[in-house]
Amino acid sequence: MSLDHAAVRHIARLARLAVADDQLESLRSDLERVLHLFDDLAAANVDNLAPLAHPHDQPLSLREDVVVDTDRSAQLLALAAASQGGYYLVPKVIE
Amino acid sequence: MAALAADLAAGRRSALQLADDALARAERAAALNSFIRIDADGARSAARAVDAQRAAGAALPALAGIPFAHKDIFCTRGVATTCGSRMLRDFVPPYDAQVVERLASAGAVSLGKTNMDEFAMGSSNENSAYGAVANPWDTARVPGGSSGGSAAAVAAGIVPFATGTDTGGSIRQPAAFCGITGLKPTYGRVSRYGMIAYASSLDCAGVLARSAADCAIVFDAIAGFDPRDATSVARPAEATAALLEQPLAGLRIGIAREYFGSGVQAGVGERVHAALRELERLGAVLVDVSLPNAHHAIAAYYVIAPAEASSNLARYDGVRYGHRTAHARSLDELYSLSRAEGFGAEVQRRILVGTYALSAGYYDAYYLRAQKVRRLIANDFAAAFAGVDLIAGPTAPTTAFRLGEKAGDALAMYAADVNTVAVNLAGLPAISLPAGLAGGLPAGLQLIAPAFAEARLLNAAHRLQLATDWHLQEPAA
Repeated sequence: MSLDHAAVRHIARLARLAVADDQLESLRSDLERVLHLFDDLAAANVDNLAPLAHPHDQPLSLREDVVVDTDRSAQLLALAAASQGGYYLVPKVIE
Repeated sequence: MAALAADLAAGRRSALQLADDALARAERAAALNSFIRIDADGARSAARAVDAQRAAGAALPALAGIPFAHKDIFCTRGVATTCGSRMLRDFVPPYDAQVVERLASAGAVSLGKTNMDEFAMGSSNENSAYGAVANPWDTARVPGGSSGGSAAAVAAGIVPFATGTDTGGSIRQPAAFCGITGLKPTYGRVSRYGMIAYASSLDCAGVLARSAADCAIVFDAIAGFDPRDATSVARPAEATAALLEQPLAGLRIGIAREYFGSGVQAGVGERVHAALRELERLGAVLVDVSLPNAHHAIAAYYVIAPAEASSNLARYDGVRYGHRTAHARSLDELYSLSRAEGFGAEVQRRILVGTYALSAGYYDAYYLRAQKVRRLIANDFAAAFAGVDLIAGPTAPTTAFRLGEKAGDALAMYAADVNTVAVNLAGLPAISLPAGLAGGLPAGLQLIAPAFAEARLLNAAHRLQLATDWHLQEPAA
């Protein structure tokens, strides 16, 4: 698997990570080396095997559909860098 | 820890004295950088509360008044929790993790939060935004990671135990490098509620201590079902501390030949074999076993863990909590700049790798295939456990490496996890025990058990420690 700068930019865009132009080449070669490690997976014989997502193949537990948490919105909003009137503040989206 | 508990129970020492002594030791050992934050006021007030309960005649649990430290991955209400990241430098959680609640209700006295690789991604503790941690055995060497601060704090004698987490070896490998005992429980045994997520199908909370007996006491206090963690296992945990003394006669221990490959340092292999001979002397039967797909574990792990991390760490958006850039001109820039400024290099690398593995066109070749290899690895363990009770090998192929030795080479760093990651993929419990010194540095023996057999694991470890003194060896000053 080889990667070019455009591919690195695309992945970084999907991951919402800003990448400066002068970081592109070192990131590209780093990622390429890690991806080469994954070539090993192609050598494993996984015919007829189901993917394993949970180590004990256990279904996720469900709880009763009742309210147990109290309203902590003020406490949670206080963690944000910017909020106003019970909302999170972000740069303007619609002009 | 038993001696401290006896002193407390007999009134020879108070919890406050123990806390003050531990705080003084932490200050003297500050150069190790094992703590990100010390909460002296919180520790003293928790200790006073235990002393007051004892004075009032209350029957207290074994951990009441014992000082310890939490890895800075566990949310602590009102005490900053950074996860080793600049992203969470100012994050003060509004709630306690389940592990934090459990230990607080057992009366254990937290000194503060230990250093770690950022978001638990690392095997050397060099990826912390708060500086590397030094190994107490040789301060030019790494303590291992990601629970490096917890391991160093215990090895240096600051605290008798510390909490840790293990996603690919992050309890066992630092325990091995620092000459202490580290227990990674079965996946789902200890609640992940309030433990900052790295790779949710692998993450596991556990304990680092000086002995298996101490690990058992702490494990018994933190294990058990928690409805707030959907992957928590709904079966009662055994009281492992009560089962420690059983004789080992007839216990079948499989020696996994793949764990003694060419990458294993000669001295480490010798120490591990010496420990196995000691177990044999105690009545265990040693049997050769094979885990034929062990060599695929690193590749499977380094697809699955980053894939889950890329999804879990999407929550750090600069909006709700965590670092927020001062330079955004748009919402898109708010996301991408906050994340680029807040995350360190290794975390960004794993997010990008994981994003790639999950992206359109690559999902089948990477993520799905890695999950099938994961089943292959779990099947290997199941087949081996049909004939043995435990599986043994070196925890890490080498003793602690030098600070900076592998810092520029991600693949060399990943290779250090070769003997630990398969255990996480299969969700099994495992323990790392000191097996003596190789070239003046601790070597670790890893014992692996079938799911939910922590009691068997701790029993074997404890019997070995009753017969040997490797776990009592301490770094010079």
